[in-house]
Amino acid sequence: MSDPSQDTRPLSPHLQIYKPQMTSVLSITHRATGVALAIGSLMLLWLLCAAATGPGAYNTFMNFAGSPLGRFMLFGWSFSLYFHLCNGIRHLFWDMGYLLNIKQAYRAGYIVLLGTIILTLSTWICALYI
Amino acid sequence: MSNKKSTHHWLAQRITAVLLIPLVIWLVYSIVDLVGSDYEQFTAWLSQPLNAIAMITFVMVGFYHATLGAQVITEDYVHHKCLKKLKLIIQKLFFFGASIVCIVSVLKIALV
Repeated sequence: MSDPSQDTRPLSPHLQIYKPQMTSVLSITHRATGVALAIGSLMLLWLLCAAATGPGAYNTFMNFAGSPLGRFMLFGWSFSLYFHLCNGIRHLFWDMGYLLNIKQAYRAGYIVLLGTIILTLSTWICALYI
Repeated sequence: MSNKKSTHHWLAQRITAVLLIPLVIWLVYSIVDLVGSDYEQFTAWLSQPLNAIAMITFVMVGFYHATLGAQVITEDYVHHKCLKKLKLIIQKLFFFGASIVCIVSVLKIALV
């Protein structure tokens, strides 16, 4: 067993005594959506395997994708994708040395949230009605 | 991780992130366009060389990006040395296997 105090990596904040802020919530959401996307990509794997197998397997996938659970998973996947995309771009700006003061970090955070909602909803409107 | 490895990890995560921006836009556009497609329409779409190449690139870059992200999460939260090593190996094999399965599927649809 390794003693955490001997570890050279910095510790995550102790959540029980840590007041949630928009910046920290977006940060952990970036991780959570990353995990969701990694798991959700298995739906793409299923689709590709099914299409490589034949019409029967393809239709089984499509029936699942069109079911309430499938739709819910796809909605979660699209939301996670857009959040991770927008917030990832925010991270890339930070890496280049921009938007680093608190006001800019918050403003960019709100733009990420707004962008995620607009992109997710417009994608579903396009997919279902156009 | 050693310093050299950390730099490589950092850089690889950013390069794959930038590559994924156009790939993800292409993927979502394609999925929305393909809603309601039957088997023939879908396989015909994936048989087009550009779509097959884009899908294979997305799968390779995407699962590699996922491997890098999952590695950091495991290093942050799993403190037991052996468990950490084991989980890192399993994750790598899992995502590598997943991308191989996807690539072979795309090639079968596009070429066979």
